[in-house]
Amino acid sequence: MNNGVTNILVAGVGGQGVILASDIMADTFLEAGHDIKKSEVHGMAQRGGTVSSHVRFGKKVYSPIIKMGEVQYLCMMEKMETLRWLNYCNKSTVILMDDIEVNPPMVNLGEMEYPQDIEEILKNNFKNFHIIPATAIAAEVGTDRAANVVLTGVLSTFLDINEELWLKSLLARLPERLHDLNKKAFLAGRKALLDF
Amino acid sequence: MLFASSYPGTPSSEILETIAQYKEIKAEWAPNEKDAFMAAMGAMLAGARAMASMKHVGVNVAADPFLTVTYTGVNGGFVLVTADDPELHSSQNEQDNRHYAKFAKVPMLEPSDSQEAKDFTIKAFEISEAFDTPVMLRTVTRISHSKSPVDLDERAVPDRPVDFVNDRSKYVMLPAYARQRHKVIEERLIKLKVFAETFEGNKVEMKEGSVGIITGGISYQYAKEIFPNASFLKLGMSWPLPEKMIKEFIEKVDKVYVIEELDPFWEENIKAMGFSIDVGKNMVPLCGELSPTILAEIFDPSYQVPEPVYARPIPPRPPNLCAGCPHRAVLYVLKKNKLYVHGDIGCYTLGALPPLQAMNSSFSMGSSIGVCEGASQVLDKDGQSKMVCVIGDSTFLHSGITPLLNMAFNKANATVIILDNWITAMTGAQEHPGTGYTVMGEETTAVDYAELAKALGVAPTNIRKVNPYNIEEFDKVVKEETSKQGTSVIITVDAPCVLLRRSIKAYNEPLYVDEGACTGCRHCLELGCPAILWDVSKAGEYKTKDGKVKKRKGASRIEARLCNGCGLCYQVCQFGAIKGIKAGVPFGFPLNKKKALS
Repeated sequence: MNNGVTNILVAGVGGQGVILASDIMADTFLEAGHDIKKSEVHGMAQRGGTVSSHVRFGKKVYSPIIKMGEVQYLCMMEKMETLRWLNYCNKSTVILMDDIEVNPPMVNLGEMEYPQDIEEILKNNFKNFHIIPATAIAAEVGTDRAANVVLTGVLSTFLDINEELWLKSLLARLPERLHDLNKKAFLAGRKALLDF
Repeated sequence: MLFASSYPGTPSSEILETIAQYKEIKAEWAPNEKDAFMAAMGAMLAGARAMASMKHVGVNVAADPFLTVTYTGVNGGFVLVTADDPELHSSQNEQDNRHYAKFAKVPMLEPSDSQEAKDFTIKAFEISEAFDTPVMLRTVTRISHSKSPVDLDERAVPDRPVDFVNDRSKYVMLPAYARQRHKVIEERLIKLKVFAETFEGNKVEMKEGSVGIITGGISYQYAKEIFPNASFLKLGMSWPLPEKMIKEFIEKVDKVYVIEELDPFWEENIKAMGFSIDVGKNMVPLCGELSPTILAEIFDPSYQVPEPVYARPIPPRPPNLCAGCPHRAVLYVLKKNKLYVHGDIGCYTLGALPPLQAMNSSFSMGSSIGVCEGASQVLDKDGQSKMVCVIGDSTFLHSGITPLLNMAFNKANATVIILDNWITAMTGAQEHPGTGYTVMGEETTAVDYAELAKALGVAPTNIRKVNPYNIEEFDKVVKEETSKQGTSVIITVDAPCVLLRRSIKAYNEPLYVDEGACTGCRHCLELGCPAILWDVSKAGEYKTKDGKVKKRKGASRIEARLCNGCGLCYQVCQFGAIKGIKAGVPFGFPLNKKKALS
């Protein structure tokens, strides 16, 4: 599929750690001997906007962005944002979604409703859809800010790359005082789908 | 390279931030792109390899010295990086800066991935020194904000003296000298055309298919994905074009496609050579960035964009001013006073969006003050008093000083509000001449905006400093200054960017809504604070503190996780329903003050 290139899209809201998660993924794939490309859009995202990052790996990767319909793994840090990226998916896309909701301005103002049927739509249309309470799992480990690392842990169980490589690139991206916590978050992510 | 200068702007800011980590290179943030460009020119003139990097619109600011340094040529190697932003991810236009290379008669290299970004930068310096020319290196957002593997080499600095070469006829652009230099650069361009034929960044990849694609930069990567069987002429040098190479390539293929983002730059120039092209902008979009999806939709009959799974509108998530942002207070007061607001480039431009909608014009860096001056000269007194301009500290220092000088000089009846948040915020917190620090983290002088305004000719009585978090006080000052004669300057104080952790000692405790007191008037929601939301589950009858039964359509709620207690909503609520403010403490945050002004 896709000329041997694996396509991962990570997305969420500014401040959730989308970019860091995608950096860890890209580092790991590179370390595992693949060609990689990674592209992100975060221009004004620090102000609470949408953030997305495309990660692609394989023997030879040309485009840094994924063609619509060809995402194999969609890693979503926020529920409603998932809806924006469904055009990039196909019937067999593995969708991993945190169940946290972050209200956009129109919802805060009461002018639009936060969509209530997200899980139903995803269940009906995608056979590989998984809800992971990544933020809750991260909070249990010590901080809800590590939800991105939990979700990375979940993704890692779908890919044939050993745990040590993942941990190596994870820890290399973080200051030492956060190593223990993030290692726990990652390992909790690796177990998450077994537990639910 | 020994010297690099820049002004931050997406997607170019990371270039200088990365260079600053190399201690052997002198890196600087300049007040604006022209200053960055001139500083790099100076370093080049003194014999060092130098780089100026900026976003595409920054090249407009630097264009004046650029269009002349192309005449003089260089001493040390000189590279101008232009980081273009097709699709306007974070810009006010999507101009195609390849035109600048042709305009300035300089070579332009265009990498298509991270490895080439590194390799072409080295090439650019070599070409600069070999051909005595400034060289442009162009990236687009999808190159700037992409990552791919890079093989590194040892750092190499050319063995050349850092010293001036005394050559007046080359470096003093008097008309008599410049006329001679013009001839020299036309000859240089001919030599560069010959060089382009053998430049290793221009590559031919022949395949069996009938289609031949001329492309380069990021478009090459997209096209490779969509046309696996086509032959390619990949242009690593966007200007000047290798005419012979193009001719030979076109002769070998049945159909010629030119695939390029934005303007038909290569297409027009290849057509001008006398070649005909089968596919160009007749099929490839002119506006916005390209993508594998867009190319597949046009060229791959088997490809279809998936049908939308979710048909209803998804609530948009535009960037918003942060909870606790000092700009929110200013924009709220301006809207309340029904003022016509000339905005500028920065986070506060987001104030144009609902619910604040407190901005009526915004063009380019410094334009707020510039256009406000002219407008004030044609409006009557009433019109003048209903207009202000707002500009951030970094933008003011970039391009606001001379328009303010113009205001004072021409006695404009106008009010300028400088939003001093102590940093270049929108691009991710870069230092500028008002922050007191350099890009290397060294302490330095910090501009005093009030003294500067005075020196530019603004009357001291018309220069006001005010804490914007105090709405009543800020409102009073705005009313006073907009009704005054002459040019007024209001400077916000004690209001650093809420994300600037070095300046904010601590955030305040989150505020909360007293459910029995909230009437559901929605006034606090007009602030557009991400921490305040409308809760319809509180609709219907409710009991006030004194036991009365009243009706409401909903109530406001404060998300404690997002609130940092700036106190704006507390001041806006007319019913005392927002609680949690510490008595006797000024609105805003406890601060680590800036170092003493020098």
